[in-house]
Amino acid sequence: MSLPLHLAALAAPRSATNQINDFLTGVKPDFVPDWALPLTTALISVGIAVAIISLVAMSGTWLERKVSGHIQCRYGPMRVGWHGWLQPIADGVKLLLKEDMIPLGADKPLYLLAPALVLASILGAMAVFPLAPDFYFADIDLGIFTILALTSTTTIGVVMAGWSSNSKWSLYGAMREAAQVVAYEIPLGISLLVPVMVAGSFNLLEVSNGQAGGFGVLNWYIWPWVNPFMGPAFLLFFIAILAETKRAPFDLPEAESELVAGFMTEYSGIRWSFFFMEEYAAMFLYCVVGSFFFFGGFESPLTSLARATDVHLLVQVAAAVTIIAKGYAGLFLMMWLRWTLPRVRIDQVMTLGYKYLTPLALACVLGASVWEVFLAPVLPWR
Amino acid sequence: MLTSYGPILVLIAVVLAFAVGNIIISELFGKKTISIAKGDPYECGSRPVGGARLRLSIHFYLVAVLFILFDVESLLLIPWAVAARGFAGAGVGGVVFAEVLGFVAVLGVGLAYVWRKGGLRWDR
Repeated sequence: MSLPLHLAALAAPRSATNQINDFLTGVKPDFVPDWALPLTTALISVGIAVAIISLVAMSGTWLERKVSGHIQCRYGPMRVGWHGWLQPIADGVKLLLKEDMIPLGADKPLYLLAPALVLASILGAMAVFPLAPDFYFADIDLGIFTILALTSTTTIGVVMAGWSSNSKWSLYGAMREAAQVVAYEIPLGISLLVPVMVAGSFNLLEVSNGQAGGFGVLNWYIWPWVNPFMGPAFLLFFIAILAETKRAPFDLPEAESELVAGFMTEYSGIRWSFFFMEEYAAMFLYCVVGSFFFFGGFESPLTSLARATDVHLLVQVAAAVTIIAKGYAGLFLMMWLRWTLPRVRIDQVMTLGYKYLTPLALACVLGASVWEVFLAPVLPWR
Repeated sequence: MLTSYGPILVLIAVVLAFAVGNIIISELFGKKTISIAKGDPYECGSRPVGGARLRLSIHFYLVAVLFILFDVESLLLIPWAVAARGFAGAGVGGVVFAEVLGFVAVLGVGLAYVWRKGGLRWDR
């Protein structure tokens, strides 16, 4: 197989990549060689994906400060732009111009590689996230599996960062990350099996399609009439993603009041900001995954209305608005929790993970499967 | 099949390029002054005491073994979860469920053993 053909195969059928390819084929002047087409297509779609991700990460940092501010009866950033909405850009420029320090005792290759690895793994996982039913980057049958696999790779980056910094704070942060994230990977994966079982698929698009109908609300998997074990499974999932994304009350790897900044104590400037981009991208990604598997994905009353009009573009826009709104709602919930719950100790984190969440998640899956295998076939509304 | 993973590779490559590009920009514009004191790891302002290559007890062997135990388990449960309704439709739902129940029971016994032996006591 020649290279151009192979690149063309990168564009999954029905995907955004394909639509861009069609558009480019239409406008291509004759002097442009044919092999340039798939390459341009791939780059344009990557550009769109990276733009979305960086917008999410930037708005996440702004939202975090506004939410924290208002919860503590202050305003948060107010100076740069209306209610400080340009603050992330100002911060980005500032961080670019800051000195990028490398501690003298650091293990240099690992120290330099760690932030890029953390960023690349989480943003690679973002490729699986579809923006609208007909606009996505990679249509992968093992969608959620890929996301879980890629997001757990960030642990390696964090442990690398902590170990290579040659600082005791960083080392403690890295060790906590290793223990904690590994422990919560298990309830995370197992609790997701409940909606996977109901949907019978890993593919995010298919999971979303499975929840269509019922005015865009009644068929969401979270409802007890779909499967009564879905609610507990979602709670377990949510606790697990708080721990996976290192958010309070499980922010032990960073733990600014006890470990300075945990694994990123020695980082500065733009490299330090990569860890933050990763954190907000991961939060958004997990919230989106949660909305796909529990809260209807693209389905909402808005999408149902748009579907009734039968205008293709309108449906896509409504679906995109729906999923992004759900993602941000989850983001807000995580920020809210940060200012509500105190941090727990590492042994409490581990106890919760292994002694409570793991057995409960297993019980949830077994209960859900009893419902699906024995009851669902005879239920009139299923 | 495998080609559907292509976009992920492309994205990872671009993100790595983005990261390296940003670091290069930062190298160009950021200031650089190096001194011995600045190169020290942060230890609340005083001179660092000893190295940071410490050994910390997080019961690493236990953490690793437990993780492998349960992660492999969830890996084995995943294909069943996807196909559970298909099995039920084919009329073998009960049999397969009983097998899975046995599998989870064995793991439950494993967890109970670790628990009983004090392997889950993290405050030691």
